[in-house]
Amino acid sequence: MTRVFISHDMASVALGADDVARDFVDTGCEVVRTGSRGLFSIEPLVEVETAEGRIGYGPVACGDVTRILDGTHPSRLGDVGALPFFAAQQRFTFARCGIVDPLSLADYAAHGGWTGLDIARAAEPQAVVDTVKASGLRGRGGAGFPTGIKWQTVLDAPGAPKYIVCNADEGDSGTFADRMLMEGDPYCLIEGMAIAAHAVGAIHGYIYIRSEYPFAIRTMREAIALSAGRIAPFVLEVRAGAGAYVCGEETALLDSIEGKRGQVRAKPPLPALSGLFGKPTVINNVLSLAAVPFILAEGAETYANVGFGRSRGTMPIQLAGNVKHGGLFEVGFGITLGELVNDIGGGTASGRPVRAVQVGGPLGAYFPPSMFDLPFDYEAFTAAGGLIGHAGITIFDDSVDMAHMARFAMEFCAVESCGKCTPCRIGSTRGVEIMDRIMDARGGISSMQERLAGPLGKALHSRSPDRIDVGIDAQTALLRDLCDTMKYGSLCALGGFTPYPVLSALDHFPEDFGAPAPVVEAAE
Amino acid sequence: MRREEAKTLIDDMVRNEGAGRDRLLPLLHAVQDEAGYIDDALVPAIAAALNLSRADVHGVLTFYHDYRRKPAGRHIVKLCRAESCQARGGAAMEAAAAARLGVAMGETRGDGQVTLEPVYCLGLCAIGPNALVDGRPVARIDAAALDRIAIEVAA
Repeated sequence: MTRVFISHDMASVALGADDVARDFVDTGCEVVRTGSRGLFSIEPLVEVETAEGRIGYGPVACGDVTRILDGTHPSRLGDVGALPFFAAQQRFTFARCGIVDPLSLADYAAHGGWTGLDIARAAEPQAVVDTVKASGLRGRGGAGFPTGIKWQTVLDAPGAPKYIVCNADEGDSGTFADRMLMEGDPYCLIEGMAIAAHAVGAIHGYIYIRSEYPFAIRTMREAIALSAGRIAPFVLEVRAGAGAYVCGEETALLDSIEGKRGQVRAKPPLPALSGLFGKPTVINNVLSLAAVPFILAEGAETYANVGFGRSRGTMPIQLAGNVKHGGLFEVGFGITLGELVNDIGGGTASGRPVRAVQVGGPLGAYFPPSMFDLPFDYEAFTAAGGLIGHAGITIFDDSVDMAHMARFAMEFCAVESCGKCTPCRIGSTRGVEIMDRIMDARGGISSMQERLAGPLGKALHSRSPDRIDVGIDAQTALLRDLCDTMKYGSLCALGGFTPYPVLSALDHFPEDFGAPAPVVEAAE
Repeated sequence: MRREEAKTLIDDMVRNEGAGRDRLLPLLHAVQDEAGYIDDALVPAIAAALNLSRADVHGVLTFYHDYRRKPAGRHIVKLCRAESCQARGGAAMEAAAAARLGVAMGETRGDGQVTLEPVYCLGLCAIGPNALVDGRPVARIDAAALDRIAIEVAA
């Protein structure tokens, strides 16, 4: 019986992988549902097991079964791992994703699984923390705080019980690495959490997964049930979110697990000292925890030898939006933005020129192609007025209206604000109003229609235009002032970072805001 | 789901999983999964089961976008509005979906057949615009895909 491998990743299913899989089952093939390899322009992807290894075909559709099985299908890719998109990667965290059956414990063990946990459990907790410190691993959720130092704080903290919390509330548009890992290699995350538990002395862990990820919730719950014996006495539990973006902020997430409104807590106290239920808590992103099994198994040095400056190891970068070859590209820090967008991603899907990329989700800055020599590194992005965030890169072609995107950033902040601090709660709504005035003044495309349809339409008319200067210059100055207040006055990154997309759009694309275009140096 | 059935569900959950405050979100999810929405009339029962005030439960219920306090349509279409889908023409598809399905974003159609809701990112960001149609993910939404969805939700 022929064995074929077809992804069960939510993205693959959205492209029709279930129908293709059914076709293969009907012809008597043994179908193994895997995670996604991570290149969506070849999905749905079918890999057929042959004497020469797995031979990939993609994208395929229903009705292609015969031509795939006799090897004559035109989209034959050969060895998928040898495609340039995959050959150029350094897959430390995503080594198994797309290859193994996500829920098979035998597959996991056969591909190096549990080695890190066994090594960790044979060592003293302090030695495990030291290894993570030596690896240089920094929080992959966006803040980039050294993971080992966080663990040290929890290890040293008095109080019991201690908790391990995994932040899987991946709400940033343009990111999907957490989802892919949870669907494609759930035991890797479980192993990472079990190592963290041993390192700090915790026996209970939670994985908080956003409700928009039903496949990940199901897969993680099944994986936890199947591996419960392997990680005992550590106990894990999945908690489903309820559609609040702000719960990706760590203290809001803790409140949400506790059954409260997902509102941000003031810090201090740090969650490491007073976190879940007021107890010492390690709270880390999926990718931080999933990097740990590799670090323990292969050694801190192997991980730290890759990277750039103070950003060590690999980053699973996500190419998204209007991109030709979108997907997950795990590579050491230091690769430039231009290489990622043009060489790896192949430019836009629409074939039009790239105009802007947003790095780091809805709170990340927009960059023009003139900044594409920027290396992928925490410090370099901060210096350039942006952030890496969760390493999602959303690509836009030249049809994008950057004033519209700045308005959307404010609108999104208004929709998702938890309401606890004033700069975010009120500032975001005032920001939408200012953007509407700017777009009106510049002769905006359909701005009138847009604002009347929007949920904030009423608020727009709360100020009578005859009493304020609605000119572009005055409103732009007001926008900068508002962004300053939000950036320095907000309690968390939602209000504090919304100015990044707004101001970067204004600074790099002033012509969309009714101002003269920046002087471009002649390239003669 | 009738009121008595909902109360049985609440009692069962509390008996099996405890009455700690942290059970509130799972409990609200369970009620909504069963009944399709969380009737305000159930709030006192939920509050009593977890030893919380009604105001407390109301506060949580109204904070999270997922929880509904009114029944939705027979079919639910969640369309992504986030940046990556916008970069692939999502705004135009949003307008087209509202026109094709005959319902404004955030509303339920008059005949109760379909509710159209915004969602901010489904994590399918390289193949947008994306939607969840009754929980089933659909990528690369275009006019033809909207036609198929319109037929599906007519049933």
